[in-house]
Amino acid sequence: MVAIKQISIFAENKPGRMARVAKTLADAGVNIRALTIAEAGDFGVIRMVVDDAESGYKALHDDGFTVSETDVLAVEIKDVPGGLYEIANTLGMNNINVDYAYAFVTAKAERAMLILRVDDIQRATEVLSEAGMRLATREEIQNI
Amino acid sequence: MHEYWNPRIERMPIEDLHKLQEERLRSLVRYVHDHSPFYRQRFQEAGVEPDEIKELSDMTKLPFTSKIDLRNTYPTGMFCLPENWVVRYHVSSGTTGKPTVVGYTQDDVDMWTESLARALTSIGLGRGDVIQVSYGYGLFTGGLGLHYGAERIGATVLPTGAGNTERQIELMQDLRSTAIACTPSYFLYINEVAQKMGLSIREDTKLKAGIFGAEPWSEETRRRIEDSTGIKAYDIFGTSEMSGPLFTECHLQSGIHVWADLFLIEVIDPKTGERVEDGERGELVVTTLNKWAFPLIRYRTGDITILNNEPCECGRTHPRIMRILGRTDDMIIVRGINVFPSQVESVLMRIPEIGDNYQIIVDRKGPLDVMTVKVEVTESTFSDKIADLMSLSKEVSRQLKSVLNIMAEVELVEPGTIPRSEGKAQRVIDRRKV
Repeated sequence: MVAIKQISIFAENKPGRMARVAKTLADAGVNIRALTIAEAGDFGVIRMVVDDAESGYKALHDDGFTVSETDVLAVEIKDVPGGLYEIANTLGMNNINVDYAYAFVTAKAERAMLILRVDDIQRATEVLSEAGMRLATREEIQNI
Repeated sequence: MHEYWNPRIERMPIEDLHKLQEERLRSLVRYVHDHSPFYRQRFQEAGVEPDEIKELSDMTKLPFTSKIDLRNTYPTGMFCLPENWVVRYHVSSGTTGKPTVVGYTQDDVDMWTESLARALTSIGLGRGDVIQVSYGYGLFTGGLGLHYGAERIGATVLPTGAGNTERQIELMQDLRSTAIACTPSYFLYINEVAQKMGLSIREDTKLKAGIFGAEPWSEETRRRIEDSTGIKAYDIFGTSEMSGPLFTECHLQSGIHVWADLFLIEVIDPKTGERVEDGERGELVVTTLNKWAFPLIRYRTGDITILNNEPCECGRTHPRIMRILGRTDDMIIVRGINVFPSQVESVLMRIPEIGDNYQIIVDRKGPLDVMTVKVEVTESTFSDKIADLMSLSKEVSRQLKSVLNIMAEVELVEPGTIPRSEGKAQRVIDRRKV
């Protein structure tokens, strides 16, 4: 299974909330790889991929945050026009729905990664691999 | 196993009880008339002579008294005995106005203690139990009242008072408390703190009963407390003017037994002052039948309840009142509709995805009242998907609408952000400028 763990945090839409999350992770020595905020009026959900999901989850939980772990896929995007299309099209053709997605570039800017939350992670893994796409493992995310 | 403290009185046939009430009412009316300029003047204004009160049905000729009278006669203008008879004072906090002072003779303290001894026995407590009294001690009646009642039945009192929650939990474990008396909101907080300490009330303590009161709470909160901690949660009632906490449910948890030899209760329509039928909601009015420093005649408590005169299956013949549904003065009027915080609570506690704490905020936007209900998202049910959170808040709003008949905005907040209280919880914040 190549699914990686994403951390999701419930946060009220108020000044300082993001800082509290960031401080907790900084104090725990957890490094953020990618992050996105989905907001819905009064509240939002902060989603992130970190180098050490377990420590990150524990630190946030112990600090009283409402936090959950979600399985997501990290797919390598070719840094050429049409890179995203290839992934999206493969999933679409196979009738797999994308709940949400966000992208990041690795530290040394060697690769671009797309974090994907899909409705059928098992099948998504299969069809993407068959189409020749590379999925990053937990270890890879840790070591990027 | 469920015994009576005072079986002769508690199981007295209803006709005999009424006879006893009638005798006591007659002497009370004579007593207050002879001892209190305040009551003399009141009777005169109402055009009633003490001799006219012969039967229980004559009672309605007597004028009502209320909190306003207590404030106007502050501090001791309604007392019927000189101060040197008084062995103790309690003073209400005065959060809703001037404080009110109540005084007790030794007999009054004994009556109060007798009432609680019967109540605590009726829920199955007695010698061998350790009762942790986590109500505030001091001017507030809760702590000392329960303290004396618990000692009277031979139980061991652990007088922790309110606050210092982690210590409370340690002592609860070390001294093996079997019962706790506090506000329901404080007990929920104790449970929350215990969980943070890695403890479970169910597994790691001997607690089997909670005696909860001093603020309105709902049947749904009872279920939540019982399900999450494994204890039995009992409702307790009494106001400082009446003495303090006085009455509880029996082990059958089916209404609060009000000792008819000590108190005469009526339930009235707060608007008209007329008595309502049994089973209909209204304002509780009390007359003290065995209280001497500071007796009350038809005192309007402001508490909304329902009267039940059917004898209980436990064998006690005294009338019961349903849990307090709210207060005439904590009712909020939003866009012309009456809303009791307890109604909001009963809706919220049915929804497992939200936490035990809530807050109601009423504000005015332009000409319109806006009611916002803040609820905490719990981690166990937190979904990463925005859509799930949105539909949760919509669902809460929908259920509130169906019960209250009014649209409420629902705000999901982070756990632990709604202020916790060690005493009475502040559930309503009214920001409207009157």
